[in-house]
Amino acid sequence: MSLDHLLQRADVWRGGRLTAAASAVPSGYSELDTLLPGGGWPQGALTEILMPRQGIGALRLLMPALAQLSHDDRWICWVAPPHIPYAPALVSAGVDLSRVLLVHPGARQDGLWAVEQSLRSGNCSAVLAWPTLDDAGVMRRLQLAAEAGDALGFLFRAERFAKRPSPAALRIQLDTHTDGNLSVSILKRRGGWAAGPVHLDTSLQYGALALHSRATTAAGCFQPRQQ
Amino acid sequence: MLLCNPAAHARGIQPGISVAAARALAHDLIIQPRDLNAERAALHALAAWSYQFSSQVSLYPPDALLLEVQGSFTLFGGWPALLDKVRCGLAGLGYLTRLAGAPTPLAALSLARCNSEQHIEAHQQLAAALSPLPVSVLDWEQVLIDRLDGMGVRQLGDLLRLPRDGLARRFGQQSLLYLDRMLGRCPHPQELYQPPQTFRRRLQLPAEVGQAQALLFALQRLLLELCGWLGGQGAGVQRVDVCLQHREQRVTRVSLETRKPGRDSEQLTSLFRERLERLELPLPVIEVELCADEVLALDADSPDLFGSSGKPERLNLLDHLRARLGDGAVTGISAVAEHRPEYAWRYTDPGDSRTDNNGRQRPLWLLSVARPLKTRNGRPQLHGELQLETGRERIESGWWDGKDVARDYYIATNPAGSSYWVYRELTGEQGWYLQGVFE
Repeated sequence: MSLDHLLQRADVWRGGRLTAAASAVPSGYSELDTLLPGGGWPQGALTEILMPRQGIGALRLLMPALAQLSHDDRWICWVAPPHIPYAPALVSAGVDLSRVLLVHPGARQDGLWAVEQSLRSGNCSAVLAWPTLDDAGVMRRLQLAAEAGDALGFLFRAERFAKRPSPAALRIQLDTHTDGNLSVSILKRRGGWAAGPVHLDTSLQYGALALHSRATTAAGCFQPRQQ
Repeated sequence: MLLCNPAAHARGIQPGISVAAARALAHDLIIQPRDLNAERAALHALAAWSYQFSSQVSLYPPDALLLEVQGSFTLFGGWPALLDKVRCGLAGLGYLTRLAGAPTPLAALSLARCNSEQHIEAHQQLAAALSPLPVSVLDWEQVLIDRLDGMGVRQLGDLLRLPRDGLARRFGQQSLLYLDRMLGRCPHPQELYQPPQTFRRRLQLPAEVGQAQALLFALQRLLLELCGWLGGQGAGVQRVDVCLQHREQRVTRVSLETRKPGRDSEQLTSLFRERLERLELPLPVIEVELCADEVLALDADSPDLFGSSGKPERLNLLDHLRARLGDGAVTGISAVAEHRPEYAWRYTDPGDSRTDNNGRQRPLWLLSVARPLKTRNGRPQLHGELQLETGRERIESGWWDGKDVARDYYIATNPAGSSYWVYRELTGEQGWYLQGVFE
């Protein structure tokens, strides 16, 4: 068997070359898309988003992709979100609310079941979930379900899970850069080494206000009303 | 004894022996009395189910159904294919059946009764095919059968060879007419079965069932019957009610509603599986009743019982989630034209949303209840001191319904870089609150 022949095989990948065959949904951030196999969030796979704390823009990072997917005729399913997804903000981000599905399971067991069913059903373009448990078997099942249903599965998890092995096709770690932008590091991607970080201005993508860039200058505006 | 199962048969019990004799052979024998009402109900249920294969179904109690299938061959792909579907369907319902086909109703019935699973296609072949059958297959009065036996006529062939005038004299014109109809020499009009307009069927369980999941097996049979009946109507259901009968007249009701009318038994079974997993039975169940009162027209391209009209539709996620989590657990979300942030949205039915947008910057997370913030030197704190952005937004609204608000809203960032949506009351304590997260 010649070397050329061997390199044709689907299960052989060469370091430094991202497989372009994988289908993906552009993230809307070109700096990030160049690092992602297929040029975006992987379709039919899990993406794990690891974050140190809330309020740094993990959801805003997804908004361009979710806005695009909401024009699909499939659901964007949010399973047990930690807060209420605020409709006016979703509208501002360009998301068609009629495609948004919220699932409010009672027990945690039901939550995982709902995530798996939603991913597997083929009725959802994307599934968002905030799992708290650390179970490789469950993650593996979810990854298979995402493949079966050709869905984008986004799992938001605490930073401490970064050290744990995960079957997710893409794992990214978020943080706040000193300039207030969102810093995105790629811990794992198909057909490539870890990469990043890239710094993204998620506020520009999202609304008229450039949130972080004003933060440093805004302190002077603090004028609490005195009694 | 009328029938026995293989275990009883192995102990030497055979149909025909007395109950006392059977008990002597097996003291632990479980004997169920024959229930003619249940048999009649089962035959009617099968007739309703068979209606999907033919619009001309006749009842031949106690144990036979007659279907005119010549007209159905084109639709179902000929006799072997049709036979296969009927047989598989009946096996799924839990019935042991003998199927035979012939150009005349009585010939088909006779063949089936003799366990001769033939398909006679032409009238000319009838006499030859029927000849070897015993005369006991005729549903004549017993005295006539005995008289034939006395004459040494054991098989239909012997009977058919007898001269017609003698036969008429000894056994009556009715008997001659019977044979003529059997051989197709004269027409045999049938009384046609009319399926009911709604579906209502109960199944007695062979033993008390204490676990809800164990009811699925019985329910599956009823759902197969339901879907067969719906197939005959060219219709579907959107709502199915199940009534679980306990002892002491107590009843548990389980209902299932789907978004679209359908008649896919697998899908309905799967939805009921989720429902039953959640169900706690107060008492063991002795009987299951399934009702479908509202029947809806179904599009021609909807999947039928066998999925022959293409690949079966993927399981509807909403139905699936609701079956297990309850109707309220799955919602959509809508924007509402309203100044007060906590009223600017609401839960809706999935897919039923409005997209009002006031163009102001809003956080993606809204807290279900605004959280009071601690202050230090009059400044709000959340994991450190919050820095407020420019662009205070004053919201004063709601005086008309008594839930009025007067607040100044800010976008605020803490030292770690998290952004929040906070407000300060303009009245009362003038406290600081966290209402949203710019996630």
